[in-house]
Amino acid sequence: MIHKYYLGGLYIVLDVNSGGVHIVDEMTYDLLDHVAPPFAEECPQDVLEKLSDKYDPQEIAECYAEIVSLYEERILFSPDDYEKYARFTTASPIKAMCLHIAHDCNLRCKYCFASTGDFGKGRKLMPVETGKKAIDFLLEKSGDRKNLELDFFGGEPLMNFDAVKEIVRYARSREAEFGKRFRFTITTNGVLLDDDKIDFINQEMSNVVLSLDGRREVHDRMRPAVNGKGSYDVILPKFRKLVQQRSRDKDWYVRGTFTKFNLDFSEDVFSLHDAGFDQISVEPVVADPKYPYALTEEDIPAISAEYEKLAQRLLENDRKGQHFNFFHFMIDLDQGPCAVKRLRGCGCGNEYVAVTPDGDIFPCHQFVGNDDYKMGNLDDGTFDTEMKERFAQTHIYNKPACRECWARFYCSGGCNANNYQYMGDVLKAHTLSCEFEKKRVECAIMLQAMRSLDQGDAE
Amino acid sequence: MKHIMTINKANLKESAAKGGCGNCQASCQSACKTSCTVANQKCEKDEK
Repeated sequence: MIHKYYLGGLYIVLDVNSGGVHIVDEMTYDLLDHVAPPFAEECPQDVLEKLSDKYDPQEIAECYAEIVSLYEERILFSPDDYEKYARFTTASPIKAMCLHIAHDCNLRCKYCFASTGDFGKGRKLMPVETGKKAIDFLLEKSGDRKNLELDFFGGEPLMNFDAVKEIVRYARSREAEFGKRFRFTITTNGVLLDDDKIDFINQEMSNVVLSLDGRREVHDRMRPAVNGKGSYDVILPKFRKLVQQRSRDKDWYVRGTFTKFNLDFSEDVFSLHDAGFDQISVEPVVADPKYPYALTEEDIPAISAEYEKLAQRLLENDRKGQHFNFFHFMIDLDQGPCAVKRLRGCGCGNEYVAVTPDGDIFPCHQFVGNDDYKMGNLDDGTFDTEMKERFAQTHIYNKPACRECWARFYCSGGCNANNYQYMGDVLKAHTLSCEFEKKRVECAIMLQAMRSLDQGDAE
Repeated sequence: MKHIMTINKANLKESAAKGGCGNCQASCQSACKTSCTVANQKCEKDEK
């Protein structure tokens, strides 16, 4: 399978199964509409005739020979032979956890999937003992995995920060005994950040996700405090301080959400950059179409155009020496994850679980509150291994739309929770999310191609 | 080649043969909590 597209002045051809990225001329691009395996020794006469009004037949024949040569190298029209890996890599240890340290929040974000913090189950903070049991659970279930990830999530995790500290200390105290390394992340709205918390986070957390939507008016419209006032001016200086004091070898992102109200979200990305941040993630809201801020099919053209605009602006910035990271355009075309990793998305319910303040276990944070997907509880020691096995089977070969999709090794099957919530089945791709993801991947690859070409020119 | 320039190693097949150690990051633990992406992660096999 190949996928070809024209973007940013480049004719780009992807060989889906080898990961090959080819920049071609217009003639090759057109020729690929007419040829596919099995190839003949010479370009078929009818193909030459079809294109002869636009191109010289001798040149077309040359082009055909190049296509056949890449086919023989197995980097064009290469076969998909990964399905066997999907079958024998199912029973994974659990290596990552989303720890819902607080089902409470001090903001009232209008698009919150967690019902303003409590996931529809009442406002609660996680007791330290529950957090310690969660650490024990992860240590016990992680098999030979060395790196264990734990994201302090909410609600707003800073509302229960003493418990965060104690749980981190407990986990660290058990690392050597089990031969593990915990990598902590915290996702925060920043309202309660102070010097002590910044110090602890910068010391202990390998990644921090700082929620900030972009321009002040965009952020404040969707992320008001309980009293209805905007939160932008409260949190911006705190985020700046945290980032300024953070070691460069540790990750962090400002992460925003865009909605129907700001389809010009590239302005928000650049607003975040202007505010002093160079690690930026801004994502589409996923919401029921009944809400006025929800993105719908009719927004696809505008959002696609905006991603293209963003990619062009990032490229211009690069060329001015003002590079910054946009999370969804980060892609390493040579050193990315192996093909086996790419067969499943996040690993939810199989490698990754979420734990609530009550110690209930769910496949991920997006499933929390849906009792049909409760996998067990830390206090009574239950854990539904059958459900784990079902989630292990949510690989791209069991998702009909993904099997046929050119982007399957870039997105790896998308978000199971979104699939379930909006399509009624974890195996049915949420088509709206797919459209956005495909556009992001096209833009990301174009950007990388342009950067390679720029470097080549420089050399 | 005159008409086609390949800009990467196209090494997904080799990665499958040596892959699957599972020590890389879980995809939803980075900077996306809603829209899953995998290709922007890195292989961590060497760190094992």
